[in-house]
Amino acid sequence: MEVFWDLLKAFVVGGLICVVGQVLIQTTKLTNARILVLFVTAGVFLTALGVYKPLVDFAGAGATVPLTGFGYSLAMGAIEAVNSYGILGALAGGVTRAAAGIAAAIFFGLINALIFKPRAKP
Amino acid sequence: MSENKTPQEKHYARLVDELTPNSRHLRGCVRAFWVGGLICTIGQLLTMLAQTLELGELTAPMFTSCALIFLGTTLTGIGVYDRIGKYAGAGSVVPITGFANSVAAPAIEFRREGMVLGLGAKLFQIAGPVLTYGISASIIVGVLYWAAKEWLL
Amino acid sequence: MRIGSRTFVYEHPPRIAAHASIVGPKESKGPLAAYFDESSQDDLFGQKTWEMGESEMLRRCAARAMEMGGLAPEEAQALFCGDLNDQIIATGFAARALSVPLVGLYGACSTFVEGLVLAAALISGGQLQNALCAASSHFCTAERQFRFPLEMGTQRPPSAQWTATAAGCALLMAGDGTGLRVTAGTLGRIVDYKIKDANHMGAAMAPAVESTICAHLDDTGAAADDFDLIATGDLGWIGREILLQLFRERGRPLPPEKLVDCGASLFYQEQDTHAGGSGCGCVASVSCGWLMKRMERGELGKVLLVGSGAMLSPTSTMQSESIPGIAYAVRLEVK
Repeated sequence: MEVFWDLLKAFVVGGLICVVGQVLIQTTKLTNARILVLFVTAGVFLTALGVYKPLVDFAGAGATVPLTGFGYSLAMGAIEAVNSYGILGALAGGVTRAAAGIAAAIFFGLINALIFKPRAKP
Repeated sequence: MSENKTPQEKHYARLVDELTPNSRHLRGCVRAFWVGGLICTIGQLLTMLAQTLELGELTAPMFTSCALIFLGTTLTGIGVYDRIGKYAGAGSVVPITGFANSVAAPAIEFRREGMVLGLGAKLFQIAGPVLTYGISASIIVGVLYWAAKEWLL
Repeated sequence: MRIGSRTFVYEHPPRIAAHASIVGPKESKGPLAAYFDESSQDDLFGQKTWEMGESEMLRRCAARAMEMGGLAPEEAQALFCGDLNDQIIATGFAARALSVPLVGLYGACSTFVEGLVLAAALISGGQLQNALCAASSHFCTAERQFRFPLEMGTQRPPSAQWTATAAGCALLMAGDGTGLRVTAGTLGRIVDYKIKDANHMGAAMAPAVESTICAHLDDTGAAADDFDLIATGDLGWIGREILLQLFRERGRPLPPEKLVDCGASLFYQEQDTHAGGSGCGCVASVSCGWLMKRMERGELGKVLLVGSGAMLSPTSTMQSESIPGIAYAVRLEVK
């Protein structure tokens, strides 16, 4: 039962975050690239304001999978690294925490481009 | 060139607005909601899987995001993700799979322009700005946090 | 002879001796499929890249027009041609293969009609005995140049138009005899009502089309009713409505049944192109396929063909400049 509850929370919160993006796309003509940039930076600052962490605790993947969650990792990384290493942690922390995701995207993107061919839209 | 619109241009802008059909807002939001929600649910399942594999608190989210990124790039490669995106809009842009799509799509597309300035450079066409502003924002947050800690506490 | 503000009436109107059209897979499932001379199911046209595929399509189309008109490539005196790829490179490669003297043109989607206006003037003036007018566009080359990579999961707004994978080529010849002729042409003037949305080309071009149609009618003293059809190039469904509204507001309404838009005709609504087709190849293939064939069959006698172009570049879009619109018109008559 608890499993179902966790999944439901992830579904609803994740879905709602995407709806925010959809409303932005439909009303402001923002392109995909701008939406992504906006969500990552929003995630960073919401985390800094202490708003995002409770949402992550509540919804799990519902809050970490949207790109705001990527911003959350960056911000949490920077904050925790400042605690351990002082000011230099601000530079190192964000990327360290998000390193696996960034590296995975680059590497899988590369491998993918070597395997597959571009195709036209139907 | 002046940015000010003449009355005629303003009138024309209104006319265009009136005659241009709007996106179907509610339909778009419902689609974004369920597809985005579904991707997050898959993420939650992966996190649970990571827990049964006894991955740590830091490695479990890593496992989840890497698996989703793999899913996103692969669906892009086999030509499925753009169809999902056409249907779901932000529902497939906002999740991390959408970030993976934005890395994989230009990489595949520009491979014909060469390995270095084609594939290698264009891979960052959209991921570049995301990383630029995301990382910079995290640095600003880190520095502010450091300053607050130094002087306020 | 130049009359009025910007119209030429050709003293020796050239004959359209032949015309050829080639379309890609999606276009060949549209309502006009039966009119095109060749429908390729391979959007690479046997080449390695889409860019080279577009060049091959263009070359094939021009070669076909020459063949149909019984003109050997070495007899062709000029090729008026353009496309949407940066620095009209599809034209460059196609003309390299054809080795016909080239006049490279850029008028965005209006290129084909721009070519007709100029070629007809030179033939009428005796400088040329024949000329080829051609243009091409390709969905995949245009999309990656002007928008996002094809594999990106993007949603296109309802006003977006679908760049047609198509090419058209008309062979103009001097001389007497009966047939389809280019009898007058009107140059375009840039009209820019500060539309910045690159996903709404119809809105960016409609005022230019209105201006050119009015100029043509005023210069020649004609009325819209004198024509059997006014065919515009690539306003799409929404742009066509805007154009009709512009004429209504001006107090000289166009009869809607006489206004046909090439972009709105190329696809079925169900093909999900949103506002319809666009691209140099759209107006070129629809006029060389559908329009000219119908005129030759005697179904239409006098047509005003208006090609419109949104003269934006990827850079100007990024710098959020507005879109300069232009439109050229030619009068086609069966004599």
